[in-house]
Amino acid sequence: MTNHRLLGLADGPLAGAAFGNVVVACLLALAFAIFWYCRKNEIWRQALGEVVSRRRFSVLVLSLYVALALADSVSWVGGSGGEADGVLSHEARSLVDRFFSGSTEKSYSAPLATAEFYDRTPLVRSRGHVLGTNILGQDVLYMTIKGAKVALLIGGLTSLIAIPLALLFGMVAGYFGGKVDDLVFFVMSTLASMPSILLLIALIMVLGQSTLSVCVALGVTSWVSFCRLARGETMKIRELDYVVAARALGASHAAILWRHVLPNLLHLVVISFVLLFSSLVLAEATLSWLGIGVSGSWGQMIAQAKDELSRDPIVWWNVTAAGVAVFVLLLAVNRIGDALRDVLDPRTLGEGR
Amino acid sequence: MSALLEVEGLTTTFPAGSERVPVLRDISFQLHAGRCLALVGESGSGKSMTALSILRLVPRPGRVEAGSVRLDGRELTKLSVPDMRRVRGREVAMIFQEPMTSLNPVVSVGQQVVEAIELHEKVSQKAARERTLDLFRRVGIPDPEARFHAFPHQLSGGLKQRVMIAMALSVRPRVLLADEPTTALDVTVQAQILELLRELQAESGAAILLITHDFGVVNQLADDIAVMYAGRIVETGQRADVLRGALHPYTQGLLRALPGRAQSGERLLEIPGRMPSPKDVPAGCPFAPRCPEATPACPAWSPRFTEVGGRKVACLMRESRGELG
Amino acid sequence: MVAYIVRRSFYALLVVLGVLFFLFVLFFAVTSPDDIARRAIGDKALPQVIEQWKHVHGYDRPLWPGPGHATDNLFVEHFERMLTFDLGKSDADNVPIARRIREGAGPSLLLTVPMFVFGLALSILVSLFVALFRETYIDRAGVLVSVLLMSIPMLLYIIFGQFLLSKVLRWFPLSGFDPEPAVVARFLALPVVIAVLSSLGSSVRFYRTLFVEEIYKDYVRTARAKGAGEFRILHGHVLRNALIPIMTDVVMTIPFLFTGSLLLEAAFGIPGLGSLTVDAVNANDFSTLRAMVFLGSLLFIVGQVLTDISYTLVDPRIRLQ
Repeated sequence: MTNHRLLGLADGPLAGAAFGNVVVACLLALAFAIFWYCRKNEIWRQALGEVVSRRRFSVLVLSLYVALALADSVSWVGGSGGEADGVLSHEARSLVDRFFSGSTEKSYSAPLATAEFYDRTPLVRSRGHVLGTNILGQDVLYMTIKGAKVALLIGGLTSLIAIPLALLFGMVAGYFGGKVDDLVFFVMSTLASMPSILLLIALIMVLGQSTLSVCVALGVTSWVSFCRLARGETMKIRELDYVVAARALGASHAAILWRHVLPNLLHLVVISFVLLFSSLVLAEATLSWLGIGVSGSWGQMIAQAKDELSRDPIVWWNVTAAGVAVFVLLLAVNRIGDALRDVLDPRTLGEGR
Repeated sequence: MSALLEVEGLTTTFPAGSERVPVLRDISFQLHAGRCLALVGESGSGKSMTALSILRLVPRPGRVEAGSVRLDGRELTKLSVPDMRRVRGREVAMIFQEPMTSLNPVVSVGQQVVEAIELHEKVSQKAARERTLDLFRRVGIPDPEARFHAFPHQLSGGLKQRVMIAMALSVRPRVLLADEPTTALDVTVQAQILELLRELQAESGAAILLITHDFGVVNQLADDIAVMYAGRIVETGQRADVLRGALHPYTQGLLRALPGRAQSGERLLEIPGRMPSPKDVPAGCPFAPRCPEATPACPAWSPRFTEVGGRKVACLMRESRGELG
Repeated sequence: MVAYIVRRSFYALLVVLGVLFFLFVLFFAVTSPDDIARRAIGDKALPQVIEQWKHVHGYDRPLWPGPGHATDNLFVEHFERMLTFDLGKSDADNVPIARRIREGAGPSLLLTVPMFVFGLALSILVSLFVALFRETYIDRAGVLVSVLLMSIPMLLYIIFGQFLLSKVLRWFPLSGFDPEPAVVARFLALPVVIAVLSSLGSSVRFYRTLFVEEIYKDYVRTARAKGAGEFRILHGHVLRNALIPIMTDVVMTIPFLFTGSLLLEAAFGIPGLGSLTVDAVNANDFSTLRAMVFLGSLLFIVGQVLTDISYTLVDPRIRLQ
């Protein structure tokens, strides 16, 4: 589909690279903000420290994925090696691209093999490829690493946008009640009534298939559940004694929302962020199967590879690499999410300010 | 009169990090038929855990580490699980502090009492129902037939507690462990419930272990008192004796702190400091850091009772002086 | 009670209208009929061809109500038709959508009902078992395995399931569907097994938490003090309380038994409603997609109303206020 009328802005080659660099900068800023907050807030520092110590391995794994994704997001134009890939040197290439340049074969090759899989001609890269190559001759390890950025983009970026928005709407609806709440609740109910996979498909068919539109579609379908949660919790917090006391003392609504409501919702934010990440990556995989996913994702690799297992002899490395990559990421994220849920139990976290 | 329930050296521990921390240390006391022993102490002193340990209901990962609990000579700590289940409810029953959460919210109160009966006796549904209605009448629940089918959330706190009492006494246990039965109730209802317990005890001759932190409650129901501090019993004796003239410095401090005893215009006396958590209990006498009579010998002393005319006190100062304070 | 049902149903109707409005905006405003035509015929088509296509498929009217065509416009027509279940014809091949839906419902149900029943039974049994042994190795292993199962995308289950159980072990046919009662089970077995396995992880995780939370509640302690054994506690006390949220969760998914599983039907060639949707995506068939989303939403909304009502019926705390 080529209809990018609405959301086709960010799809030229340089635009994509610039986007990646911007994302990296934003994420680093976010990481800084989190560290700064933790330094100031004893409870959070303890809680996050506890989670890290309980799930050292998962955190390590996740950090590895993040590092790979970041490496693939920092791109610039120039440098040598571009011509060997048949690619003009004024395209922006990332660290990962440069590391793997010059290694495209004609077609399949098995992991560590020195010759093509089917016709036995010698490979361009004589030492072979660690994880083999796919039908287009691309190094599978390279594709897998590039998939990390896509996965983190889908899961992380979408959540980073959807959750704050949902938080805002939920807080406002729960706190102010009345007509505002009625409106937000109605919009929530309407969106929530459409089965998410169908809504996703509909949105993508309409908005186009660029990465941005898939992310937007995913965001639209997933903000409702957190919004509902935030709204419910805010309604409970609103009635707590110290909030009522603050109102009686004349504190403004904004002050109450910022100082009393928001800190008590943060643990939900963190947990939901992690859980949402998982479900988004899984959702994208489904979309890839249906042919409307994000290009370069592991889901797409798996979808493309579904016929490969029925060949004879079978081509197993493509689907295995992508499958293991997504499984390990989701496992790490789910384990961290579990630990977060246990540690951030409001009973153990203590009352808000 | 020999004791109905004898607890000796009961020690219950919970894990903390890699070691086990005792929340009950060497607890010993006796319950006699027809008498009520009040187990008095602050929150965290181990009172509830004592009752749970007797019934072997200590929540995992805690466990009873040592000691003996003898019911009429029978050692409860060594019983098999099925045998212990037969003891629970039937011979030793327990009622809890929070009637709202202690009753199953989706089963009618009548049915819950029937369950208590059916667990231990082979009776028909009809007979169990009849007995439940009788029990409801006995504990003062108005309109028992209607209330039988009610759910816990439809009853007031006082009524719920009466249901708990009915449930506990349904198979006529010989020992009743009452864990702060009136703490969650209004003061007026409190008096009624305690009155009810007194009547029921007189009728059945059961022994009651009354766990409380409220001396008012002690006054209304108890025959004997045992004072707990940081997992240990520090003083026992008959109610009147202890209330009139406490021996242990902690008990003295507690009684002095009661508003009723203060002079008008005087500052209320308080015991300085806080009771240590089980992890931080000091060696020797646990009360030494806060005790006005403490000497350097106290932290080195291994707590044991001095018996003075039927009363017991665990205090080095009393031991060395061998007197009634 | 009746008043509640009426109020709830009325709100549901409002939501249905909201959904229809959203669908209209999405499918007619954001994507104009011209776009739909171009996607069907091709980008380079001549304007006359586009107009012709629009006329044939009924898109050649004004979008919104306006002077002179207050009722003869796509907006009003959309509402009228959807609310009377006149689902129209497919943009791709002009076949009446309602007919396709009727044909597809059967196979979808044949897949989703066993999936639902077995999945639920197995999840509850496993969660109960794990909850019984809480805090022991069995529990920890159970939770770990659940998290593991949850982390595998459905795609992988399908691919490896087909590979392992069909190609290598030859226990089941790879795909296909034959409604003959004698053989239909053979074709459905593998998708059902895969579906149950893939959802087992998250269900067990969720149910186990529910069960364990109940077990730690005070009334269970009271039951133990009465002398009840573990088994009696589980079935007489814990289940009765935990089944309330479980049941509401479950009632919620009943409407989806009809819409079928997109992935499974596509992967196994089962001609149900899921396949219908997937085909519509591949063929740029907007009208079918519109109808499917509407149908799905309707069922969802019905499910929600049923869930809310059943909740009030089953939980005595709510029933008797």
